[in-house]
Amino acid sequence: MPEESQEAPARRSFLRRLLPAVGAGYLGVLLYPLYRYLRAGPKLTETVEVSAVKVGNLADFPPNSAKMFKFGGIPSILVRSASGEFYAFNAICTHLRCTVQYRSDWEQIWCACHGSRFAASSGRPLAGPAPAPLKAWKVEVSAAGEVFVSRA
Amino acid sequence: MPAKLRPWLESRLHLGALLTLAKEKQVPQHRQQLWYYFGGIVLFFFLVQVVTGILLLLYYSPSEAGAHASVLDITAKVDFGWLIRSLHIWGAHLMVAAVLIHMFSVFFMKAYRTPRELTWLTGFCMLTLLLGFGFSGYLLPWDELAYFATQVGLGITESVPVVGKFLADLLRAGPEVTGLTLQRFFALHVVVLPLVFTAVLGLHLFLIQLHGNAAPPSYYRQPVAAQRATPFFPDFFYNDLLVWLVCLNVVSFVAAIHPWEVGPQADTLAPAPAGIHPEWYFMPLYALLKLLPAQLGPVQGQQLGIVLFSLGGLLLALVPFWDKETPTGRRGRLATYYGLFVLLATLVLTILGYVY
Repeated sequence: MPEESQEAPARRSFLRRLLPAVGAGYLGVLLYPLYRYLRAGPKLTETVEVSAVKVGNLADFPPNSAKMFKFGGIPSILVRSASGEFYAFNAICTHLRCTVQYRSDWEQIWCACHGSRFAASSGRPLAGPAPAPLKAWKVEVSAAGEVFVSRA
Repeated sequence: MPAKLRPWLESRLHLGALLTLAKEKQVPQHRQQLWYYFGGIVLFFFLVQVVTGILLLLYYSPSEAGAHASVLDITAKVDFGWLIRSLHIWGAHLMVAAVLIHMFSVFFMKAYRTPRELTWLTGFCMLTLLLGFGFSGYLLPWDELAYFATQVGLGITESVPVVGKFLADLLRAGPEVTGLTLQRFFALHVVVLPLVFTAVLGLHLFLIQLHGNAAPPSYYRQPVAAQRATPFFPDFFYNDLLVWLVCLNVVSFVAAIHPWEVGPQADTLAPAPAGIHPEWYFMPLYALLKLLPAQLGPVQGQQLGIVLFSLGGLLLALVPFWDKETPTGRRGRLATYYGLFVLLATLVLTILGYVY
């Protein structure tokens, strides 16, 4: 029929354009669940949001000492300086995410992985490759002598 | 592709030769051509198992304490985890089904004859590996059914004459099914079996490429001029891809509307629940062992069943070597009758297993 022969090229070009669109849609339907599946990790490792934690009692911390603790899920360090003040920091090194430690011989915080040093009073980098200060937490000592750490 | 990349790759990979090979490959054209697709279908489901298996590994934890909880997490907490797991299980079922269809079609087309004896044997080897996959994977969720299926399966292994006890203890990591059994089955399921299977599959595909597709005897009885063939590329290849697309849709659809459930955690003190039975592809063996009496004259019924079943399988595996040509040049009918007997016995035992 004459009508059909006129329609055919239009239908063909339409189908040609439709095919990649359908293909892309199909691929999307396949890849979306995959993407969501791969991103579900945090759902299984959920940690509690905390506003404050009790790290210990005043008597547990002699001057020029430190204690590691978890603030929510974050490894943290509580330092008592030689002069008796308390400081607390997020203990993840700002260089490449190793966990730092307190060096009582230097009275400084030190990262063993790449040798960065931080001031125990401020978390400011003093030496080594660390580009930024350690994030500080707020420390409060209650009247009963309990040491609490909270977000600054 | 940039103009310079093509010759660079060509001189290193000889892709041109591969392309010529693909162009020259022909698939015999006859009324039974439909069955050729089932080998490709099996390959497709194998790929589905590899992909979904790797994905499950990302969240599965292979320990007595963690296995069941991690499978629960996959089905309940991880986005689309239920779908991935369901795809893995349904893919496994469909793969076994496709393998059986592939095997029987190859058998009745007598495609195992010279020079394709090794193609048949590698195929048979993959069938047993596949049953190993099914059996070892079944324990991994560490739920009630899995626990008893493993107990029974290893009990069957134990009653194999002479080596049974040794083999069962080796698989079980001791006299009881414990967390160590789980770990052993995990290693088998995700490392040992895939490695061996992939190697045998490679050999199988290489042999098929070497000898080309076998056609039924009636095809070769035609004059050579009448033996028509379809070019593999692109004709058969595109059909294959289309069949794969259909398979993907089927397995996704079934997996989505019938997600597989997780049973209660395995409890070594709990008695087996009523109505417990194995997956359909282990049903013939299960039914046979259930139907046989405890003692048949001087032999133990169970041992007799296992020996019968093993001999039947061995006869099937070795068919290229005993199916001799008759004096008239035709293949013997005996093998065909044996194939029909195996098919019928499998069907009858499966039905009996579900009904009885």
